[in-house]
Amino acid sequence: MVERDKTLQKDRTGQGTAKSALANQAGRTANWLLERYHVQGILDFMSHKTVPMHRHTIWYYLGGMTLFFFIVQIITGMLLLFYYKPTAETAFESVQFLMTKVRFGWLIRSIHSWSANLLIATAFIHLFSVFFLRAYRKPRELTWVSGVLMLFLAMGFGFSGYLLPWNELAYFATKVGTEIVRDVPLIGHTIMKLLRGGEDVTGATLNRFFAIHVAILPATFFLLLGFHLFAVQLQGMSIPISVEKSQKKIKLMPFFPNFLMRDLLGWTVALGCLAAIAALFPWELGKKADPFAPTPMGIRPEWYFLFMFQTLKILPAKIWFLEGELLGILGFGLIGILVIFVPFIDKASSRGELNRWGTIFGLIAIGYILLMTGVAYM
Amino acid sequence: MRWMKPFLSVLVMTMSLVLTKPILSQAQNPPPREQPNSCVSCHLEDEDLAEPVKAMANDIHAKNGLSCADCHGGDPTAGLDGDADAAMDPTKGYIGVPDRTEIPRFCGRCHSDPEYMRQYNPRLPTDQLNRYKTSIHGKRLARGDEKVATCVDCHGNHGILKANDSRSPVYATNVPKTCARCHADSDYMAEYDIPTTQVEEYENSVHGQALLKRGDTAAPACNDCHGNHGAAPPAVPSVMYVCGQCHVNNSEMFQESPHKEAFAEQDLPECETCHGNHGIKHPKDEMLGVGPESICLECHDEGEKAYEVAAKMYVDIDSLKTAIFRADSLVKIAETAGMEVVDAKFSISDARQFLIKSRTMIHKLSVEDLEKLSKEGMKKAMEAYAMGVAALEELQFRRKGLALSTIFIIILAIGLYLKIRELDQKTQFQEMELGD
Repeated sequence: MVERDKTLQKDRTGQGTAKSALANQAGRTANWLLERYHVQGILDFMSHKTVPMHRHTIWYYLGGMTLFFFIVQIITGMLLLFYYKPTAETAFESVQFLMTKVRFGWLIRSIHSWSANLLIATAFIHLFSVFFLRAYRKPRELTWVSGVLMLFLAMGFGFSGYLLPWNELAYFATKVGTEIVRDVPLIGHTIMKLLRGGEDVTGATLNRFFAIHVAILPATFFLLLGFHLFAVQLQGMSIPISVEKSQKKIKLMPFFPNFLMRDLLGWTVALGCLAAIAALFPWELGKKADPFAPTPMGIRPEWYFLFMFQTLKILPAKIWFLEGELLGILGFGLIGILVIFVPFIDKASSRGELNRWGTIFGLIAIGYILLMTGVAYM
Repeated sequence: MRWMKPFLSVLVMTMSLVLTKPILSQAQNPPPREQPNSCVSCHLEDEDLAEPVKAMANDIHAKNGLSCADCHGGDPTAGLDGDADAAMDPTKGYIGVPDRTEIPRFCGRCHSDPEYMRQYNPRLPTDQLNRYKTSIHGKRLARGDEKVATCVDCHGNHGILKANDSRSPVYATNVPKTCARCHADSDYMAEYDIPTTQVEEYENSVHGQALLKRGDTAAPACNDCHGNHGAAPPAVPSVMYVCGQCHVNNSEMFQESPHKEAFAEQDLPECETCHGNHGIKHPKDEMLGVGPESICLECHDEGEKAYEVAAKMYVDIDSLKTAIFRADSLVKIAETAGMEVVDAKFSISDARQFLIKSRTMIHKLSVEDLEKLSKEGMKKAMEAYAMGVAALEELQFRRKGLALSTIFIIILAIGLYLKIRELDQKTQFQEMELGD
């Protein structure tokens, strides 16, 4: 009995020695790095970084959630690149091969497609939450601008990626989508030709969309994302005006590890949901695009473009002396510019005053988007 | 009728312009812009005589610049003062209404002249009259039977449309109705002692359904088997050639079969003996074999070699059909469950091609050749079935994988949640003053 106790003690001592050896090794590696890279200041900053805790804290997680879906996009996108062949003759077949012959190929593509949609959804929610909480007010104006630009880029990712499988639905949706661009005054036709690589949607369009999707958009996106994350870390989270006005003091949560752990929990739940949706509802491939076939019935863009598409559809052919569609395009262009410059338009929020008109406009925008999207699906 | 006068005046002017263009000068010299036509003006004055003039508005001849006188003779420039005899002067070539027995020759004056017809349509055949003379209609007419069909009975007289005009009585989908006007009239046909149920049978046949219900003009109408201008029932030896115009492979297989000689010996019409004629139905596999619907048993009895051949061929076809059905059902289940089964569907499509080929091959009555084809088809069907099984297994694998990963993610989430609670309990939260 005594012998056994001694053996156990010896084992425990051994385990303890191993643990401390590992800690020593990690410490030595950290010191080795800190000696060469003077980032102690950044680490100190991170360790003291806090996140305000109040009734609207939940909205702080939306940005991280969007980032998570973007990371998923990057990883799955890189995996898809191993098999995807961007020509009109091979694109459809390569995706078909990936989905039928490559182990888990269907899952990777399904995750990529579903994650793209969830990314746009969480980005929209993130944008509206920041808008309603006036988190864009001074000094975070440029964080907002970079965020809105990233949302536009994400929609660009969606539009360019939609064509890549070269299936019937994507082909005709791209044809309709790029035709709308043509109506932009003066430069519309040139932009359309630039996008299509000619007058029609052909293999040249596919090449261009591929280049835009995997090179131009990611490079631009990474620059904006880098700035956005840097600004968020540097300036911290904004406290809503309503909280500032109604509470005398608030609690602060350490960013590391408390907030980060909560973020991780959110990401885990998002991953679970994404995996379940991707496995239960695999993204379909459809029929190969046939440029000579008549346009099939019910062609429409992805859901996040639907409110604009539906608006252009219901506009009368002529409004005053302008073409209805042209007016719609100009209108959406103007709204897009106004959204970018919201922090500079809403001066009241920067003074700490709650601008009720902003809330009303925001609610009208949400109502309009939901209504038009709903009508388009009916 | 007073209200019609302005319209009739316009019609008269139009018809005068159209109908006064002489045949040869139309092609060689430009016709005069306006020329009075006494045929048109006189016929429109009398309601009973106006019909031919009105009908000519859509007529192919009028559209090509032919006038009344080009067919009926006479002088349309004379008689404008009301003297009809001057216009209808036999010395000016006036023929008037041709005698019924003369109609084929009447039309043939132009339609049998290749040089003349070339001016209007170089592709139009000019052997109609010669063919007509070989037809039952033509032969009977020559013997003085005026009840038989002549050109005008099928094409009309004034108001003739091009044969490819869907309103024309000789357009593919209208042909059965046109023939039926006489051939389905039992009183009219009584003296000829031939059945009058052909069109009714045809309408319910596989060909009639395709042409009349689905509008598939590739399906045969009466004229495709009997001929049109040279219409006659096909003789027994020529039935195979008639059907073989479309069913080429079946016809060739039959040529190589033992039935070829046997049918010839017994003077049996080849395809018709098994499939029938006007009322031909969509062939069923059960027509083969030794079951209750077997056609083979009409000539062959148990104990004969042909009886065994029929039974074996049916088994081959039926086995392939069943294998395809089995594979297709399984693949559809996998597809409905969201699995990608495009390769399996290709294999099923290949198997179906072999089934079609096998069904054609039975006309050769060669058990070996049929077996070879049906085995190829079976191989494809089995491939598709195996792919269907694999797809369903993959589906199960995915479901299990999803369940396991979900359990893992839930455990991870719970672990994180507990860790957050533990952290929060240990953390001393700072407080920040708000306000000015």
